[in-house]
This record gives sequence, C-alpha cells and structure tokens, in this order.
Amino acid sequence: MNHVVCIAYVPDTETKIRIGADGKSIDEADVKWIVSPYDEFALEEALKTKEAKGGTVTVVTYGPARADAGLRECLARGADEAVRVASEGTGEIDSLGVATILAGAVKALPHDVVWMGNKGVGTDAQLLVPMLAELLDLPHVSPVMKLEWGDGKITAHREIEGATEVVEAPLPAVIGAQKGLNEPRYASLKGIMAAKKKTITVKQPADVGYDAAAGAAVAWTKLELPAARGAVKLIPADDPNKAAEELLKLLRDEAKVL
Amino acid sequence: MSNVLVFIEQRDGKIRKASLEALTLGRALAGKTGGTLAACVAGSGVGGLVPELAAYGAAKVFVADAPELAAYSCEGYTAALDAAVAAFGPSILLVSATTMGKDVAPRLAARRKAGVLSDVMTLDVEGGRLVATRPVYSGKAKATVAPAAGAALQIATPRPNVFPAAKADTPGAGEAVAVSIGGAKIRARVVKVEAAAAGELDVAEADKIVSGGRGIKGPEHWPVLRALCHELGAALGASRAAVDAGWIDHSHQVGQTGKVVSPSLYVACGISGAIQHLAGMGSSKVIVAINKDPEAPIFKAATYGIVGDLFQIVPAMTEAAKKMKA
Ligand SMILES: Cc1cc2nc3c(=O)[nH]c(=O)nc-3n(C[C@H](O)[C@H](O)[C@H](O)COP(=O)(O)OP(=O)(O)OC[C@H]3O[C@@H](n4cnc5c(N)ncnc54)[C@H](O)[C@@H]3O)c2cc1C
Ligand SMILES: Nc1ncnc2c1ncn2[C@@H]1O[C@H](COP(=O)(O)O)[C@@H](O)[C@H]1O
Repeated sequence: MNHVVCIAYVPDTETKIRIGADGKSIDEADVKWIVSPYDEFALEEALKTKEAKGGTVTVVTYGPARADAGLRECLARGADEAVRVASEGTGEIDSLGVATILAGAVKALPHDVVWMGNKGVGTDAQLLVPMLAELLDLPHVSPVMKLEWGDGKITAHREIEGATEVVEAPLPAVIGAQKGLNEPRYASLKGIMAAKKKTITVKQPADVGYDAAAGAAVAWTKLELPAARGAVKLIPADDPNKAAEELLKLLRDEAKVL
Repeated sequence: MSNVLVFIEQRDGKIRKASLEALTLGRALAGKTGGTLAACVAGSGVGGLVPELAAYGAAKVFVADAPELAAYSCEGYTAALDAAVAAFGPSILLVSATTMGKDVAPRLAARRKAGVLSDVMTLDVEGGRLVATRPVYSGKAKATVAPAAGAALQIATPRPNVFPAAKADTPGAGEAVAVSIGGAKIRARVVKVEAAAAGELDVAEADKIVSGGRGIKGPEHWPVLRALCHELGAALGASRAAVDAGWIDHSHQVGQTGKVVSPSLYVACGISGAIQHLAGMGSSKVIVAINKDPEAPIFKAATYGIVGDLFQIVPAMTEAAKKMKA
C-alpha cells in the first residue's frame, strides 16, 4: 500500500507574530518553522501502516526552499521520498490554489491513501482535506482519531459535536488526521543521517498543472494584531464566599451572561 | 442584488442552532443587497422543516429528500447542496462552520472552483462582495479576507455561537423546491453514530463552559467543576494537560488540538492559559479565570479573575449560583 503525506511547514505556535510591511502577511524574520502538528499524526500513521503492510511513503509540500527542512525531518522519521512544489514567484494563492497544486502532485505519485492534517496550524483554514479529495475524485474522512484497516477499505472514527461517527470508505481515500490517532515518533540518529543523503524532488507549479495567472479565489486584504482585551477585573479572594458572590453578580448585572 | 443560499444542517430531523444563526446572517446580507434568501436542507423525511426555515425568512427552501441521505455523507450532502446551487444560482452561500459544515463547504467549493472564507467571526457585504474577518495564527492575529473580485459564487462559513439567531419580522414565503442528488457517488458512509454519554453537553455547542486544567489535580475532582456546570447549565471543558493525563476524554478538550469554542461565558479553572489553549477559547465573550498564580497568562485574556485556590472558589461559586437562582 502506497502513501502520500501532505505536510505544511508553518510558524511554530509559540512564535511571536508580527505584521509584515505589506500589512497583509506576517513578518517572517525570526519566525521558527515547524511541520504542522496534525501533519505529524498523518505521517506517523502512514509510517506505521507501511511498516505493517509494506509500500512506500512520499511526503509532499507546496512551499519555499525553507520547507525542505520540514521534508528532511519527515525523511529522517522514515519517509521514503519527498517532493516540494516550489512556491517562489507564484504570488497570492489560497486554499483552492494549494489544493489544485497538491492534486497535481499527488496524481503523479502512487497513492492508496493520501494523508493530511485535519487542519493546518497558522491559517487554521481547515479546507484542504475535502478540497483535495474532491479534486482527486476520492472519498475522504476527517478529522480521524481512530482507524481500522479492512480489505480495500477503512473504518474511521470521526469526532463530531456530542458524538463519534464511524465512517467506512473504500480505498484510495484522503484522511485528515486528528490528535489521538497515535503518538508521533522522533527521528533516530540513523534516520537523520540517512535523510541527509536523500534528494528532494523540486517541481514548479506549472509542472503539476497549476496556472498561476488564475489568481487566488480568496485574498487576505489585511492582517492586524487583535484588539487587546480590556484589563482583567480582579476580585479579591480573602473571603472565597464573598468573592464568588461578587463574581456572580458581575456576571449577571455587568456582563449580562447569566 | 445578491441572492443568498444557506445550507441547513439537521440531525435526527432537528435543525441545528448554528444553521439558524447562518440563516439569520444570510437574511441580513440579502436584505442589504435586495437579494432573495433561500435555504437548502438534505436528509430523509425532512420536508417538515420548511415552515421553521420560512419563519427565519427563507423565501425558498430547496429540499433534497432521499433515503440515501438518511445518514450523513459528505458526498451525498455536497451533491444535494450542489443541486440547490445549480437551481438557485446564488452569489453568496453560507454554511455554518460546524463539523458537518467544514466538511461540506470545501468539497462544494472545489467542485465549483470557488474559494471559502473559513470560520469567520464577522461578515459583511460591500458592493456585492463579501468581506470577513477571522482569527489566524492561533488567534494571535486577525485577517480580513475577501473573495476575488467578480467571483461568481462566494462562500463563507460563519463560526457557530458568534452570530445571533432570530426569526424574521415577516416570515419568508417558504416555497419548497425539491432537488435530487441524481446518481451521486457516495463512497464514504457513516455506518454508526456513537453518542457521547447521556446528558453530556458538548463544548462546541454550549453557550457556557466551565473548564478544568492540570490545577484540578486529578479526575476524582471533576465533580467540583461538574457541580458548577450543573448550576450554570454549562458544558465541561478541559485543557490538553488534563486530557493527556487521561483524566477526561478528548471530546472535552478546548484549544488548538481540541475544539474551538465561542461561548458567552468561559470559566477557566486551574488552567494557565497557554497560547494553544487561548486559540480555542479566546473568542469567548466573557472569560473568567480562577487560578492561584497571579502571573498565569490566563489573566491577560480574562474579563474577570479571582486569584485563589479553585477548590475553595469553585464550590463557593456553585453555592452563589444556587442562591442567585433561589
Ligand atoms: C502543538 C500543540 C498543541 C496544543 N494544543 C492544546 C490544546 O488544544 N488545548 C490545550 O489546552 N493545550 C494545548 N497545548 C498544550 C499547552 O501548551 C499547555 O501545555 C496546556 O494548555 C497546559 O494545560 P494547563 O493549563 O491545564 O496546565 P498548566 O500549564 O500546568 O497550568 C495549570 C495551572 O493551574 C494552576 N493551579 C494549580 N493548582 C491550582 C489550584 N488549586 N487552584 C487554582 N489554580 C491552580 C497553576 O497555577 C497553573 O497556572 C498544545 C501544545 C502544543 C505544543
Ligand atoms: N502548503 C502545503 N503543502 C502541503 N500540504 C499542505 C499545505 N498546506 C496545507 N496542507 C495540508 O492540508 C492540511 C489542512 O490544512 P488547511 O486546510 O490549510 O487547514 C494540512 O494539515 C496539511 O496536511
């Protein structure tokens, strides 16, 4: 069984966000970049499945040259091959554009399962799993927190509001990984050494059938820091009962939420 | 003039509140541009929902009623919505950003080669073009987003619990129009729904949430928080630290790797307020922090705070809430 894992290389969630000079994107100086956390669950599940059933694992990203470091980390953990579709010079792009590029890249690779994070940290868009599945004409399940393998099909557990849906889908399929699926491994020293020798295939958007002239379907027109909340109103806690009564009164009379 | 279509999510024949919020928002957008408001509902035996949608202002309701839609499938429900889009030709489509909405909207968007303004906190229309704001980078920044100028179909998924739901002063005509999913391929199918523990309110749906973190010290102490939940009619939430310790199921987790919530009241007990936790609850209208450490970052996000031992404060709050009701 062959696996393709789509990974996004994103600002670390701990990174301080500053607004860039254009006023609509972040200032990338001093940003620490990481493989998006959910994508680690996706990669881990692909590696585990490959170890149990054979096949290959290829990691794919659309991004600038710095994303090679993210791909190498995946190679070090055990991925067999890596492809980067270069983003330099493409200009503005949105989730539909990225999905179009990934669809082109995935089509050129053997794939029984396409793995993704259910949500990319940073843009927090949560659009790509269904979009990519549609463009590949495949079924999808997301967010998946538990997975069982059947003959040519999967049974996936998907968390919804107040319940869990058990979904069956034939392969090939696209799966959006959620926390709970597994515990991602660390790269071994041997893996890190081996990854250094592997080559990353770099493609251009045009190679995978993307027409940059089409432009982005959605544009970020402005990025700003959120308005600071007013200072917290602290209630003295010398007497817990009085403090609690005071708090509930404020919630009812001032905040009007009770 | 912008005609607005709103996808209506129903489960077990009941319309989700989040969909009524989206419908109310759609009515405002249609009103502003002089367009027509329509709704689309999919399922089996769902025709009876039309009057309720008319009460919220829907002039037309596209009904995809078929046995194969009895259980949710993204492909089936997308086909239903796609048929409504084909029949109505809206320029704006709203789908509430619930788990189902976040599944259906992007698949439909890819089918129609349209973009999606995802999980938006504000939404308006200016000169026929949508403009929205949404939190990005774990809530550390706010992006203003808009579809490309001249987009034929503009799609937005409003965040649940953010926009109010209200019936229309004058109901819509509620003309029911049947749409068919034809021979749509349905490959991924729900075979079973395992409901959460009976009576358990889900944090994603709740209007009030009381959450516990590592500060509650162990699962034996949830009853302290549950008692307050009971008095306030709140759902029980948790930080990742509490979930990872195995004290409670992941379905309670709030944050970046848990649920994103916007209740009117969020009470954080023994939670430090890490950025990944704030990413999940920072958009709550009122935040209360109970923490014994005055330096805890949660106080920076909070509206009200009590610096103290949660094992004293929370039971006192439960008592005060009881008294207030009496
Ligand atoms: C990629 C990634 C994703 C993450 N996703 C999430 C997520 O979805 N949700 C999430 O919550 N976290 C998430 N985290 C983890 C996050 O960084 C924090 O580790 C976590 O939120 C801490 O949980 P906590 O506040 O319960 O614990 P702690 O940080 O240990 O805080 C416990 C607090 O309890 C207080 N306390 C202790 N005893 C008492 C008492 N008796 N009375 C009052 N207060 C007391 C302490 O002063 C302290 O402030 C994520 C981290 C990463 C790296
Ligand atoms: N630039 C990218 N390159 C490859 N995969 C991506 C990229 N952006 C997002 N993804 C994948 O899509 C998932 C969902 O992202 P999103 O829809 O943006 O929240 C991520 O977890 C990744 O698996």
